[in-house]
Amino acid sequence: MMLGLELAYWQESILRSLGVLAAVLLPAGTFVYVFLFKMVSFMQNRLGPMEAGPYGSMQLLAEVGKALQKEDVVPDAADRTLFKMAPYIVVATVLLTYVVVPFGPDMVFIDNQFFGTGIFYVMAVSSISVIGIILAGWASASKYSLLGALRAAGQLIAYELPLVLSVIGVVIQAGTLDLQRIVVAQATGEIFGWGAIGNPFILTQFIGLLIFMIAMQAELAQTPFDMPVAESEVVGGYHVEYTGLRFLLFFIGEFATAGAFAAIAATLFLGGWWLPGLDLEANYMNVLGPIILLAKMMVFGGIIFFIRFTYPRLREDQLQRFAWKFLIPLALVNITATGILKVVF
Amino acid sequence: MTVTESEQLAYVAAKAADARVNVELETDDGMTLNIGPQHPATHGTLRIVAKLDGEQVLWVEPIMGYMHRGYEKLVEVRTYPQITTLVNRIDWLAASCNEVPFILAAEQLMGVEAPLRAQYLRTIFHEMGRIAHLTMFLGDMGVQIGALTPMFYAMRDREFVLNQTESVSGGRFHPNFNRIGGLKDDIPKGWLDETIRIMRKMEAFCDQMEELLLGNEIFEQRTRGIGIIPAEIAQQYGLTGANLRASGVDWDLRRDVDSPMAWKHADFDVITHTDGDCYARTWVRLQETREACKIVTQLCEDLPAGPIMAKVPRIIKVPAGEAYVATENPLGEMGYYVVSQGDLGPFRVKIRTASFHNISIVPWVLRGVYVPDIISILGSLYFILGDIDR
Repeated sequence: MMLGLELAYWQESILRSLGVLAAVLLPAGTFVYVFLFKMVSFMQNRLGPMEAGPYGSMQLLAEVGKALQKEDVVPDAADRTLFKMAPYIVVATVLLTYVVVPFGPDMVFIDNQFFGTGIFYVMAVSSISVIGIILAGWASASKYSLLGALRAAGQLIAYELPLVLSVIGVVIQAGTLDLQRIVVAQATGEIFGWGAIGNPFILTQFIGLLIFMIAMQAELAQTPFDMPVAESEVVGGYHVEYTGLRFLLFFIGEFATAGAFAAIAATLFLGGWWLPGLDLEANYMNVLGPIILLAKMMVFGGIIFFIRFTYPRLREDQLQRFAWKFLIPLALVNITATGILKVVF
Repeated sequence: MTVTESEQLAYVAAKAADARVNVELETDDGMTLNIGPQHPATHGTLRIVAKLDGEQVLWVEPIMGYMHRGYEKLVEVRTYPQITTLVNRIDWLAASCNEVPFILAAEQLMGVEAPLRAQYLRTIFHEMGRIAHLTMFLGDMGVQIGALTPMFYAMRDREFVLNQTESVSGGRFHPNFNRIGGLKDDIPKGWLDETIRIMRKMEAFCDQMEELLLGNEIFEQRTRGIGIIPAEIAQQYGLTGANLRASGVDWDLRRDVDSPMAWKHADFDVITHTDGDCYARTWVRLQETREACKIVTQLCEDLPAGPIMAKVPRIIKVPAGEAYVATENPLGEMGYYVVSQGDLGPFRVKIRTASFHNISIVPWVLRGVYVPDIISILGSLYFILGDIDR
């Protein structure tokens, strides 16, 4: 049952597959245009793309068209199979991540009775992209790629832990792993008996949100944690040998992952597809929900890219020290405090 | 795993001849990483062969010469007035600074001295070259550390200085404005006021950079205590300019050498820092930009009237003799040793460029650091490839 239409199972499956594709590509494209092309240009005292379409809005299509025309170069010394496979693993990870994100009361890609683990599943599959990155780095047979890939591996593992720990606070508060029910918990929650705006977890889990944002920045390899791709050091890191379509896939993967994490952050901390004053069960939320969620994702995307183009880059060992000595203890304190307060109230 | 200094020297000596080809094959212990010749951090074609243990550098060897353009040989077949056009291109970011020492050397041999007004204007252009150069450095240092945005601010504000140079000489990058005995032209009307106004802008830019870049915590983490060069080591390796002053050596040719330039008429401080690390080098250059703005403003306000060209023969023949003149250029001491045999052109010219000597400390300072530190140290040592290879 979707949008009040009676659909066969195969029709619904096709719709859901297309929906996941749209959910991956639309935010990724929006992020690239709005933030990477335009916002950053305005920060940097330039206009950004202006020629392709009104205000350069078609620039993205031009970029994709350019990338598609390029020769797909595989280095001589590269492990051809792994080299060609790696970008698909990275992109597949993002597609898998989006599967559990709810966009409305019925706008879910997988039914909850099959898939109640929600956020746990997200954390699990998002780690798979490391495998793609290490494959790309190793199979490229380039020392820069290898350095970049090893940095990525160390970094993503170090920041996976604070990411998971920061989410646990939300899970304790909502009492469920399922993202849909986390949204409902925020919508129906009350702040000391006052339920007009629900209880978005940003209010109670702000430490969790802070840790989540920092760990997300590292997970996405954005500045100040962009050592895996640092262009002034390892010249692009693991994707230095890629051209054309495969480079494009890495590029889409990067921004789609940013979108996915922004969507998850919005779902966990800002109330997901729901806004105060709207009917949680109504059918129109299936149309309005995705728009609301996208708007909330844009908030997080803006923060990600604002930080990316504001800060310099840390060093790899400084980043590891920051993760293990600061973020993880802080996350554990947050979990403890949340647990105690949950019992008290 | 450590490599002692003697082992390293023995290795470098043994491989000196064929290091250029074979060094990347030597992978028995550690990994050899070629940084350059095409690498964004070397902003040019410097090649640094680094032996790594993980991300730690065991030793490095800088290999230069990829951009050798043979200026010392080229100037032997040109007349004196033609040479300034060539030497403009040595340190391309501050072209008028390259002309000055050569012109001064030729003038010294001829026994000519430029009129006071020309000396003032030369100094103004020299200092404006320094501002344009160091502005670029501040932007570039951000890029090396990973912050892209300061570069665009630096580019924007450097444009004002370049426009001023252009409005006088017609050339933004390569003004080629100095002549033996003076300058090509006088300045246009209203130029001085505009320049003073722009110096205010550049001072505002320095304030902005101090907050934006040097005040950033991550920038401090990446540069403080990294690549420390003690004063005696810096002097042993022949470092000059801001790199030397950042190590605490109070040495500035503008103040210490009496040259026929207008620095002695201006009131400015020589900036030094005691730390000798990457942060100190960046900080010293930022403060020097400020001092340069101060010098330009003072000289513009006190600019004397008078001719801009001394009496020199139409066909310039430099009497036989030898002269070495060096000035304090943005990168450090730049000097020309001119040997004349009384012809239209010099018999031999030796160009002492600052970057060549500054880069010679790289094997010493890069030992034991991490790969990202290579980039911040190279960025803060600040070299121009044309200045290294000539």
